Amino acid sequence: MPKEVLQGTLDLMVLRTLETMGPQHGFGLAQRILQISEGILDLNQGTLYPALLRLEQRGWIKSKWGISDNNRQAKFYELTPRGRRQITQETESWELTVSVMDRFLRKAATRKH
Amino acid sequence: MLSRFWNLFRRKRLDRELDAELRYHMESLEAQYRHRGLSAEEARMAARRDFGGAVAVEEAYRDQRGIPMLESLCRDIRFSLRSIRRTPTLTLAVIATLAIGIGANTAMFSIVNGVLIQPLPYPQPDALVAVWHTAQFQGITSNNIRLSSTMYLTYSEQNKTFQQFGLWHAGAASVTGIGDPEEVRALVVTYGTLPAIGVHPAVGRWFSAADDTTAAQETVILSYGYWQRRLGADPAVLGKMITIDSRPRQVIGVMPSGFQFMASDADVILPQRFQGNQLQPNDIHAYVGIARLKPGVSLAEANADVARMLPIWIDKYGTNGAALNAARFAPALRPLKQDVVGDVGRVLWLLMVTIGIVLLIACANVANLLLVRTEGREHEIIVRAALGAGWVQIGRQLFIESIILALSGGIVGLMVAYGGLRLLVAMGPMQLPRLAEVSINSPVLLFAFAVSVTSGLLFGLIPVVRYLMPKSLSLGDALHTGGRTLSLRRQRRDSRNALVVAQVALAVVLLVAAGLMIRSFNALGNVQPGFTAPERIQTVRISIPESEVVEPERTAQMQHDIMERIAAIPGVTSVSFSTALPMETEFEDNIVLTAEDQTYLPGIPPLRRSKSVAPDYFRTLGTPLIAGRDFTWSEIHDHRAVAIVSENMAREMWGEPLVALGKRIRVGRVGLWNEIIGVAGNVYDSGVDQPVPPIVYWRAGVQRGPGIPNAYVPREVTFAIRSGLAGTEEFIKRISEAVWMIDPNLPLARVQTLAEVYDRSMSRASFALVMLAIAGFMALVLGIVGVYGVISYDIAQRTREVGLRIALGAKGWEVRRMFLRRGLAMATIGIVAGTIAAFALTRGMSSLLFGVSPVDPVTYAAVAIVLLVAAGLASYLPSLRATHVNPVDSLRVE
Repeated sequence: MPKEVLQGTLDLMVLRTLETMGPQHGFGLAQRILQISEGILDLNQGTLYPALLRLEQRGWIKSKWGISDNNRQAKFYELTPRGRRQITQETESWELTVSVMDRFLRKAATRKH
Repeated sequence: MLSRFWNLFRRKRLDRELDAELRYHMESLEAQYRHRGLSAEEARMAARRDFGGAVAVEEAYRDQRGIPMLESLCRDIRFSLRSIRRTPTLTLAVIATLAIGIGANTAMFSIVNGVLIQPLPYPQPDALVAVWHTAQFQGITSNNIRLSSTMYLTYSEQNKTFQQFGLWHAGAASVTGIGDPEEVRALVVTYGTLPAIGVHPAVGRWFSAADDTTAAQETVILSYGYWQRRLGADPAVLGKMITIDSRPRQVIGVMPSGFQFMASDADVILPQRFQGNQLQPNDIHAYVGIARLKPGVSLAEANADVARMLPIWIDKYGTNGAALNAARFAPALRPLKQDVVGDVGRVLWLLMVTIGIVLLIACANVANLLLVRTEGREHEIIVRAALGAGWVQIGRQLFIESIILALSGGIVGLMVAYGGLRLLVAMGPMQLPRLAEVSINSPVLLFAFAVSVTSGLLFGLIPVVRYLMPKSLSLGDALHTGGRTLSLRRQRRDSRNALVVAQVALAVVLLVAAGLMIRSFNALGNVQPGFTAPERIQTVRISIPESEVVEPERTAQMQHDIMERIAAIPGVTSVSFSTALPMETEFEDNIVLTAEDQTYLPGIPPLRRSKSVAPDYFRTLGTPLIAGRDFTWSEIHDHRAVAIVSENMAREMWGEPLVALGKRIRVGRVGLWNEIIGVAGNVYDSGVDQPVPPIVYWRAGVQRGPGIPNAYVPREVTFAIRSGLAGTEEFIKRISEAVWMIDPNLPLARVQTLAEVYDRSMSRASFALVMLAIAGFMALVLGIVGVYGVISYDIAQRTREVGLRIALGAKGWEVRRMFLRRGLAMATIGIVAGTIAAFALTRGMSSLLFGVSPVDPVTYAAVAIVLLVAAGLASYLPSLRATHVNPVDSLRVE
């Protein structure tokens, strides 16, 4: 289980999660990411909350206090228009990275054979 | 970025929000676990475990929120302030020590800055030069040859490098018609002098070329202070008439407030007028030249320009060019600042260095205190390290503590400096030039700040280096505090010892310097100045200007009458007068003297101190007559050509005082021959720290003869009145009544006792003495406190060992001897090192010493003994306490 999540990937995951699920609080985001990654990415809270703050400081998400499903005060995060644009950009660059990485790994793998 | 900056100020609210958010997260986790069937307790535990260290999350979150560097700096500062507050006594001791050290340095620096460093308070001061000449007389070089009026005329007309050029001299003038007649300080200038300085009058105008001629109305410019004091700041003062030296003068201007010309602060400024009979070939060199150089002209170029004009002057005015060449007569222009500052530079820099050393000692002391404190906090530091604080972080925090302490010390030090300066200015030591310009201004503040930070770095570095080398501490040590390794402890003790040794060594240097000054002062005090009981000699200077009384004979008679009136005052033992009393250096006069039976090398014969004195002068001062007799009034009335010489002059010329009697001497090579009728004892006429000048005394009264254009009479004389009442107000009133019975227009100047004149001649030495003594005393106290502190701490650390030793049968004195020996060992090493350093350093102060060698063994021995005794006491006293402790109690410690 990778302890260190690349900063860029975590940002993208959070943004994507907010895009698909709509406004969400920190706990919900952590749960969702854990679920999607099939239990691999159990996010350290020390990583998640600073990341949320960072995204907010960049203006990609915004936060407001609201009422959760269980009727509690919770801080909800949602995407901003700039955040949406960022997803497109990040996705492209991520796909590029993945395709490049993929080629590297494939070559290494073939040589092994 | 901006929002991050604002976040620094909204910390409280943001923290609360974060807490709420994290709590929500945790509770949600808890709820999830309970949902899976865990008990409430188990769910909470599991949630906690999952969540991880809440503190770490908060730290990471905060780092993201603010500006990490600044944020953690603020945190370190807060932490430092907290831990400083936890040890208030130690903090106070540190701040007080630093405040004294930094305060003394700041005060001293503001003096050095105001007097030596700051440019003169005139526009473009770098272009200002003083115009002097240099010449050699009988092998002695003088760089202080003044200008004559004909030189002034030549230089004014012919120069190519001066933008403005003028002459000046300081003097006195009497003002009548405004209250009692008053003697005021006068500055006499040619019309180019004020424009050269570049300071305009606050109202009115400068002198013009016409003011310098005899044709025009006589004029005067007032100083701001005089205008306020005596004319009630009259706004319509321009054009008014004031009677100065019995002649009406029109006020044409008032200088701005705070204006000072060179070091003098004159009440009135008068134009210099050269009258026909003064423009003669053998004109006296009495004036000081001042010039503002044209832009871009260097001092060397200006000197070359004056050298070019000298032959023109010789050709035009027929001065003896051959004699001047033989004397290597040449221009010696120098920056004006050098003239203003004079020779105080050496003393001031010496004192600056001295006070700097005091600060070093103070820093060593503080470093020691901090070492002890850091040692006491070892446990805390190790625990912080174990909890994950990096070494850099801990070091930085310790460092910040030091800087905070240093800056606090600096702030209190500024107050100390302010108070000290007020005190110093009030004392007005040795008439420091430019004292009015000394203030705590921005360069001084910058200096105080720099000194604070530097000392903070100095004493802050030592504990950091000593304690934070990663290998010097380990968690294991921390958990067994008792079990610190012996070698480690010794290593730390060594660094404390080294600091104390350095302190003692520095103290030796300062104490030796102070000791040498005390010895010099003693030697100065033991000098027989050539007069007795100066505190019982009242002096009063009276001038009878030509404008008041024209005829020389009448002037001489008035002086005689005044003397008799004063002699009639009850309580007066004896009275006389002279053109200058001993040590009245501002009135000293030097002439070229030749004796009938002596031969002289080619060139200009040596200059000799010359005075005119009335009968009874030597009796009044208490100067013995070695041979011959005193002047008589009949010799004065009959214009007899007689003279008295000082013992050293008689010995120099004729070997024996008795042989001098009957020999003949004269002024220059044209004057009347005067017969020597007496030889007087030597007098320290230039001050006790200066060589005794050979003096020729002429009789008072009118002089006639070749070389003296008209009948000449000294018009400005100081009366010396020996009386037990000297210095009392009543007595001075009686004197002025006596003088005003002869002429009610005569002001009394220089009303003081000869003792005051005498003390002033020692003021440079006494200023240096007082400052060095203060510095030496501070060094001694700080050094002793250092020894005491280290020994006490050592004893406190070894209470258990001491108890054990005593329990095992060691005698109290044996234990005490152990500590005493350690203190003395440190002191001895310090004294040896300090003595070597003092040997090298005190040579720099030899110009300040009098009658004592810079390696004076008495001083060195005394300093060594004082320090050894003091160090012995400082180590014995704490050991006394240790051995009086009950061994059982001391074994319980720890």
